Amino acid sequence: MTEATATDPAVPLLAVDNLRVSFRTARGTVRAVDGVSFRLGHREILGIVGESGSGKSVSLMAMMGLINDPNAVIEGSIKFQGRELIGLGAREMRRLRGGRIAMIFQDPMTALTPVYTVGRQIVEQLRLHTDLSTGAARNRAVELLEAVGIPGPKDVIDRYPHQLSGGMRQRVVIAMALSCNPALMLADEPTTALDVTVQAAILDLVRKLRKDFGSSVILVTHNMGVVAEIADKVAVMYAGRIVEHADTPTMFRTPWHPYTWGLLDSIPPISGARPRRLSSIQGAPPSLQRLPPGCSFAPRCQYRSRRCAVKPPMIGEPDHRVACVLEPGERREIVRKPAQQNDEIPS
Amino acid sequence: MSLGFTIVKRLAHMVFVMFGISVLVFLIFFATPGADPAARIAGRNASPQTVALIRKEFGLDKPLPVQYLRMMDRLVIRRDLTSYVNLGEKVVPTIFRAAPVTLSLVFGAAVIWIVFSILVGVLAAAFKDRTLDRLLMILSLIGISIPVFWLGEVVNLVSQGLLHNTWLFSWVPPLGYVPLHRDPALWFKSLVLPWFTLALAFIGIYGRVLRANIVEAMQEDYIRLARAKGLPEAQVLIRHALRCSMIAIFTLFGLDFGALVGGGALLTEVVFGLPGVGYLTYQALTNLDLPMIMATVTYASFFVVSANAMVDILYSVFDPRVRND
Repeated sequence: MTEATATDPAVPLLAVDNLRVSFRTARGTVRAVDGVSFRLGHREILGIVGESGSGKSVSLMAMMGLINDPNAVIEGSIKFQGRELIGLGAREMRRLRGGRIAMIFQDPMTALTPVYTVGRQIVEQLRLHTDLSTGAARNRAVELLEAVGIPGPKDVIDRYPHQLSGGMRQRVVIAMALSCNPALMLADEPTTALDVTVQAAILDLVRKLRKDFGSSVILVTHNMGVVAEIADKVAVMYAGRIVEHADTPTMFRTPWHPYTWGLLDSIPPISGARPRRLSSIQGAPPSLQRLPPGCSFAPRCQYRSRRCAVKPPMIGEPDHRVACVLEPGERREIVRKPAQQNDEIPS
Repeated sequence: MSLGFTIVKRLAHMVFVMFGISVLVFLIFFATPGADPAARIAGRNASPQTVALIRKEFGLDKPLPVQYLRMMDRLVIRRDLTSYVNLGEKVVPTIFRAAPVTLSLVFGAAVIWIVFSILVGVLAAAFKDRTLDRLLMILSLIGISIPVFWLGEVVNLVSQGLLHNTWLFSWVPPLGYVPLHRDPALWFKSLVLPWFTLALAFIGIYGRVLRANIVEAMQEDYIRLARAKGLPEAQVLIRHALRCSMIAIFTLFGLDFGALVGGGALLTEVVFGLPGVGYLTYQALTNLDLPMIMATVTYASFFVVSANAMVDILYSVFDPRVRND
């Protein structure tokens, strides 16, 4: 492996520029991802937040080169360690996949092939990307299972997936993802299907892995709480676009985009007075086939105006960018007297 | 350990089912109201003396459980049940002579249909919605639709008649069965065409089912993970999708294989002049040879049930989720 360029701190680990993914369908082209750009540094954890259908998962799949729908069109640039992934040959992409870039999926219950032992599935990946012998790969698999906190790894390695709990299976999936020391780990809602205590343990694990294995992580979720817990930076996606991008403390302290406000308001506060009714964002995400011409959030936005008829560009400061036409002054004005949504909307 | 337990449990289950079947078969022949079993055993145009003799021999004046035990005794333990149609023919040894013919036919056909249906299913799934897929699916449908007896007759017409004297079919021996131990090469040659004839419809069915299963499996999360691991597409398809799809195929196989061994290959046997169990049943039915029918039905059910048990046991080897643990 050529590590020389890989660890050059001047080159970001991952640079995504104007990524667009669209699908040709019978009823016209659907743009699932519409001009997503971001940088990911070494050992950084980026949280991508958004509702279902906002294009988060499709973006990840594009980075893995796993969109093999013949009707998909992928444009833009994804540079991993300075190397362009879009248009990369199938063979080279396969070598990266599971090797330098690994992925964890949402539902651990169905993520493992039911007819093979977990050990065999980890060994399969190790043998694919390294020249370890089967015996050595097996030993490595035991180490990995231990590293992800599975008790009795020597025993678990010969178990079938159905004999393990959801949390255990997710740990196995993570062990598998880590098996070849990936520089980048893509996690697609890794905790959504798990119960809360297991969620916390898995998040702890992800944090520990960044420390021990030095991987960068992109974590896709619809849960702001998870992001607050673990991410260094946050990107908020809506209808295929990043609408706000900042580091985590900034995002939670001074969110700029009305959609982000809505997301943050939908988390029940841990301290202080409990709201009568948890606020929600009115309406539903737009159909990707019939996006409004201007800001796609405008139809649901309380603060929309005529300016929203034009697609808003990304503006703001280098480390806090937003796609909204609200002036900083207006924003401060709105934030000072928080939305009275709770009382206004009859239930 | 747990696997051993599964096997023992399955075998016990099998014995129980076979007992049930034997009772049922017995009741159908001996306790149907309004029919005299003795007269039926005697066959057509039997003299009253023969009927009286049979009534005594089978204990038909005794209560039903006694009749059942006597029957089972003669069928399974003493195996001296004789036919009254072909006078003096012992039915059980006859069946045992016919069984290897049927087994040869069905085993060979099974190997062919499994191999080819996997080929068809995998290729069709790999080329889903493309020309090869469509072509294979149409051919499968044709294969399913052709009646086996018609296909057999056409095969005979071509290989024994029209083209028998060309290089293509000059190797085909005359119709009939040659035991494996007598001449393995001839055994093989005489069975190749029956094998393919019997297998064709199954290749069609299994190929289509397998394609559907693989296509469905390819949508599963574990396939996405297998791809994310960096596995080449062919390995994803074969090691993961096909391997998991084989479970459903195996269930189907257990049922079909058992049914064929138990006499379901009747048409193929008749068309190719193979004196197997199916052929025997066919003759017994046309002659109304009740002891023979009784015996073939009982033994057929024995084959079906044991084939099913065998498949179930193999099934737990195939699919770790069904093991008891």
